[in-house]
Amino acid sequence: MNGLRGLGWLLVLQSMGELLSRGLSLPLPGPVVGMMLLLVALRWAVVREPVSACADVLLSHLSLLFVPVGVGVMTHLSIVSQYGGRMLLVLVVSTLIGLAVTALLLNYLWRHDDAGNTDESSPKHG
Amino acid sequence: MMTPATLTNQAPSMANFVELWVYLSATPLFGLTATLVVYLLAQAAYTAVNHAPWANPVFWTVTAIASVLLLTDVPYPTYFAGAQFIHFLLGPAVVALAWPLWQRRADLMRRWGRLLLAALAGGVAASGSALALGWAVGLPNDVLLSLAPKSVTAPVAMGIAASIGGIPALTAVFSVVTGLIGALSGKYLFDGLRIPTDAAGWTARGFALGTASHGIGAARAMQVHADAGAYAALALGLQVVLASLLLPLLMRLI
Repeated sequence: MNGLRGLGWLLVLQSMGELLSRGLSLPLPGPVVGMMLLLVALRWAVVREPVSACADVLLSHLSLLFVPVGVGVMTHLSIVSQYGGRMLLVLVVSTLIGLAVTALLLNYLWRHDDAGNTDESSPKHG
Repeated sequence: MMTPATLTNQAPSMANFVELWVYLSATPLFGLTATLVVYLLAQAAYTAVNHAPWANPVFWTVTAIASVLLLTDVPYPTYFAGAQFIHFLLGPAVVALAWPLWQRRADLMRRWGRLLLAALAGGVAASGSALALGWAVGLPNDVLLSLAPKSVTAPVAMGIAASIGGIPALTAVFSVVTGLIGALSGKYLFDGLRIPTDAAGWTARGFALGTASHGIGAARAMQVHADAGAYAALALGLQVVLASLLLPLLMRLI
């Protein structure tokens, strides 16, 4: 029952997010505005308890939710194939650069000026 | 649906099977069932090989279903009529991302400056390198503009592409492929870069996956480590906000 109530809250907040996003023509999509609203609303137990029951289930299967979009992309790969292997190369290399820059920078920042961090025993980087 | 029994006199069982397939593949039940069953199988295989990145369940489910659709000539809208029920849950799932953030709110408040810096640097690195490389290999301008928002989750990326003069459909493809590349290669890259697997290391790995390969990367992070998943969720949210606000602005300046 709590899980269902949680889904109710998520849908209500998403709808409010959509309304705000469209009504005020914000550059952010409705679900993201809904996420921000939920972040505020979680301070109340009447929201928190049902949402926690539902969110854990939904988020542990997050990858399933990308399958329909993914299939759409795979059946439309022909619109990319005209650019051939160089396109795949650009996508792979730029993704690896994005991953590497973020992980290295954050790992460096954590280990060099986080006074409150207690796990400083691991090897240093930078 | 009528059954044209008159056509089936040579090989009734085969013809019946084909009819049944044509009927089933045209109902929403097919898309929904196929998505769920294939995913559950892929997930079981993924667990059996200890969550090895190459066994990523999204990648294999998508590949298997897309191959069946292409081989049987079932059009994508027919499949989507059923799969949309799963697709629909993406919206509430994005709202639900607030939950892992709220649980770690004390940590996040203390670290917000560094997290924002990493999100900006990672976003700029991913977009900038895609633009530079794309330009170097001679991709046309509208394709370059479609590449810029590719590290943001597909629906948002499409909106950004439209507003900066890219091609939204192309951006959707780039975004999903980018997510899959991150989910498949992240672990190997982080191991190669010697990002540790202690508490701080996991948050850096997760945050990087959310930054450079949005929801598909974040889904991978959530399956591997709870903290990595939460930081990936935060990174994905930050990337949506930063890219929606900054990319249109930057493109106007250039």
